[in-house]
Amino acid sequence: MAIEDDVLVVGGGLAGATAALAAKDADPDARVRLVTYKQSTLRHASGLIDVLGYGPDGDGPLVDPFDALVNLPESHPYRRVGVDAVREALSFFDGVAGDAYAGNHTDRNALVPTAGGTVKPTARYPAATAAGLASDERDALFVGFETLPAFDAPRSASHLEAAGVPFSTRGETVSFPGIDRDDAKLVRYAHLLDEDERVRTSGRRMGARTALATAVDARLGEESRIGFPAVLGDERPAEVRSYLADALGVDVFEVPTGPPSLAGMRLEDVLFDALSDDGVRVTAGVPVIDYELVAGGASESDGDRIDHVVVDRHGSEIPHRADQYVLATGGLVGKGVKSDRDGVFEPIFDCHVPQADDRYDWFVDDVFGEQPYARFGLEPDRDLRPLDPNGEPEFSNLRAAGAVLGGYDFAAEKSGAGVSIATGYVAGTRAAEEVSR
Amino acid sequence: MSDAERSIDDAPDGSTDEFEPIQVFPEAEEMDLRPGADNCYKCSTCDTNCPVAAVDDEFPGPKFQGPEQWRLKRQDDRDVDESVMKCSNCMRCDSACPSSVPLSQMHNTARGEYVDERMSKRSREYLRNRMLANYRRLAPLASTFPRTANAVMGLSITRWIGEKLLGVTSEREFPEFATETFREWWETRGGNAASKKRAREARAKRGGDADDAEKRIAYFHGCYANYNTPEVAKALVRVYEHFGYEVLVPDQRCSGTPMFANGMLDDARRAAETNVAELAAAIEDGADVVASCSSCSMSIRQEYPELFDFADTETVAETTWDAVEYLRVHEDLEAELAGTSVDDEFDSFAYHAPCHSRNQGLNGQTIEVMSAIDGVDVHDVGDSCSGISGTYGWKAENYETSMKIGEEMFEHMADADAEAGLTECPTCSMQMEHGTGYEITHTLEVLEAALVETGTDE
Ligand SMILES: Cc1cc2nc3c(=O)[nH]c(=O)nc-3n(C[C@H](O)[C@H](O)[C@H](O)COP(=O)(O)OP(=O)(O)OC[C@H]3O[C@@H](n4cnc5c(N)ncnc54)[C@H](O)[C@@H]3O)c2cc1C
Ligand code: SF4
Ligand code: SF4
Repeated sequence: MAIEDDVLVVGGGLAGATAALAAKDADPDARVRLVTYKQSTLRHASGLIDVLGYGPDGDGPLVDPFDALVNLPESHPYRRVGVDAVREALSFFDGVAGDAYAGNHTDRNALVPTAGGTVKPTARYPAATAAGLASDERDALFVGFETLPAFDAPRSASHLEAAGVPFSTRGETVSFPGIDRDDAKLVRYAHLLDEDERVRTSGRRMGARTALATAVDARLGEESRIGFPAVLGDERPAEVRSYLADALGVDVFEVPTGPPSLAGMRLEDVLFDALSDDGVRVTAGVPVIDYELVAGGASESDGDRIDHVVVDRHGSEIPHRADQYVLATGGLVGKGVKSDRDGVFEPIFDCHVPQADDRYDWFVDDVFGEQPYARFGLEPDRDLRPLDPNGEPEFSNLRAAGAVLGGYDFAAEKSGAGVSIATGYVAGTRAAEEVSR
Repeated sequence: MSDAERSIDDAPDGSTDEFEPIQVFPEAEEMDLRPGADNCYKCSTCDTNCPVAAVDDEFPGPKFQGPEQWRLKRQDDRDVDESVMKCSNCMRCDSACPSSVPLSQMHNTARGEYVDERMSKRSREYLRNRMLANYRRLAPLASTFPRTANAVMGLSITRWIGEKLLGVTSEREFPEFATETFREWWETRGGNAASKKRAREARAKRGGDADDAEKRIAYFHGCYANYNTPEVAKALVRVYEHFGYEVLVPDQRCSGTPMFANGMLDDARRAAETNVAELAAAIEDGADVVASCSSCSMSIRQEYPELFDFADTETVAETTWDAVEYLRVHEDLEAELAGTSVDDEFDSFAYHAPCHSRNQGLNGQTIEVMSAIDGVDVHDVGDSCSGISGTYGWKAENYETSMKIGEEMFEHMADADAEAGLTECPTCSMQMEHGTGYEITHTLEVLEAALVETGTDE
């Protein structure tokens, strides 16, 4: 017996989670399963939801990403699904994220200060980051920790000022109460604040939240907002922030930091809580390694039909059957696309990956130039079905979403999360619609 | 091995928020065939999953423990750092790593080396760990006189001595020994011959082929279900016979889980060698192996092939299943459960998925299966670690850490609309009971209540 479902999503990053939620939303009666192997790039990503920060020629930062979508090449995933679908997908995301995210009041990009002291254009940002926007004209104090050199507050502050933000900035470095070692993990900082653990500071014992507020208060000047690296709680971030804000009498925000990134982990929690609330079945920790076709299915005009996929559970091969499949296994980082001597390939279904024959064409000499390999990935039709070299769907019941798709350079465009949400939403919705037909 | 597990070629190097380019060409790596440590691209995903590092900043975390320590060791033959004894072997880092670095294999090997070379064989710590790791050797003695043993273990003086003399925490109550072990019950009931007959009858009743000799499983019960919770083992036997499976109960020793966790690799090797030989013989007789304890199945499926290479180790690993997973794949379990119901005692549970189930991709299974039974409400208490990790939380020096890790699970259990707990791991169940006072049930017991008529087999 195979494990049976209606829609099976492979890959549990932003794209796969969105696809599974969208499938369930399109057809609440459908049985939807998500199978995912290792942890996704949500663990590294900043937690910001970028739609489009820079145009195809590197122009930008863009004020309104939606204005620019129509100018993208025809093969870009956003053009494949269409501008309306991108908007629908974002509002679907807004519904899932609820209070955890902000930015949906406008089409325009928000400008978020980064740990490096630059300003990044993004469409949605975590609530924890809201008070930090660079368009806000209030002066800001940035506070870093001695044991966390990844965020150098004085340096960030001066870089931001040099970048021309419309307010004055200052950076201070304090020691984080309860942490002595410089190799303490991010989750240790967060846990101390979540649980308000008792810590010893200047000879007295008190809760970690109070101790941190006390240490920062001594450095606070006239500023009305304070930015910390993103370590303010994992389980209870809103509570931690509002405690610090009350104690210090200022607004408190986080500057996106990572990898690893607590903001990304919190987004992962939001998505997986939603999956569980909506009744999506999640199988994590094991890979899909293979598939079988429906016998005699090859005669269908729109490609072969997948009968089931094979999940490897420590050596036992477990068949998982569904009516429709979504491939959301990520790009080179997520291992949805791999490379070897013979080129770049997609390891589960061996879907066609367009690429230059001569691998020297994979780069251009200018390292900062547009690198073709960054766009490697599957080429889909408007229904997001991956196409074979002849431009026909590889399979009639497989769609693809997220970084496994080609035709865009998320790093250069700042479009990573946006493409995952838009294509995940469309692939999941279409898959469920196909099931109910 | 699957493609998805092989990956030295495409890890990004030191990616940052600013999207460092990704290395696409494998050649540079291939020329220098260095083992697993070099797959690590330092993304720290493992560190964000470590329950010990979240509550104890003295613990350097899995990235150091695994790939970094191994790299250092190779460069200048460094000793293994003693912090490896603080790792609880929960294996959460192992299933998290996007680059498939064999973290748990590295920890197990390092721990073995540390205990071998650096821990005095006369130290209290060594003796205590050896005793905890070899609990199975004490168990037969205790179960010969279970009532006396339970009384003695329950005495506060015994616990006080345990803590002062051996460093076993006095905060916990020792688990009770059953008055009849599972194996005693099995023999009295008529062993394999009786099971064969019952399975045959069940097959005939189900309208199947009574002579179907294919339906045969070998049960790896492990220590705990034998000595402490034989009701779990009996539930397994009855549920499998209900589906028409003949049950074999091969000779067996400890799965090795507590030995790996204590760096007692020689003890583990001896136990594993017996288990592999006995289970391979059963497989040869046409049986598939099933286990009711999630750490036992984890150990046989993953740790054996990572650490040992007896003949048949791979075959045994590949033919071993979690008991519920096996039924899901080989029977239509959900259809069988449709329309069944259970008594009020099982009406609602707070469910904790053990780390070692999670690692096998079984984290959602129990909720899915239970939802097919009428009248059972199961609430998942989230993905945190229970904190006890086998013998870890029994050590006086780890007790506090263990309870701090467990805090999140206790909170979620208290919030859930249930007064009882459900899980598949014996030590998780001790921790759940210890932290909440709830009675804890094993999933197989609920399946038995739903599927098997009572009174047919005492
Ligand atoms: C360092 C870094 C920083 C980033 N920062 C930003 C940012 O600031 N803003 C932004 O918008 N975007 C950012 N991104 C991009 C964005 O987070 C993701 O890359 C993008 O959304 C892709 O998501 P995905 O779901 O397609 O793939 P992934 O996140 O890669 O997830 C793929 C999942 O599929 C699983 N998988 C792979 N193979 C199998 C298999 N065979 N069987 C089962 N499961 C499998 C993987 O284990 C993984 O869990 C960043 C990315 C990185 C790497
Ligand atoms: S998760 Fe894997 S690749 Fe990342 S730091 Fe840990 S061991 Fe290295
Ligand atoms: S096995 Fe568990 S305790 Fe040990 S390093 Fe890995 S995550 Fe941490």
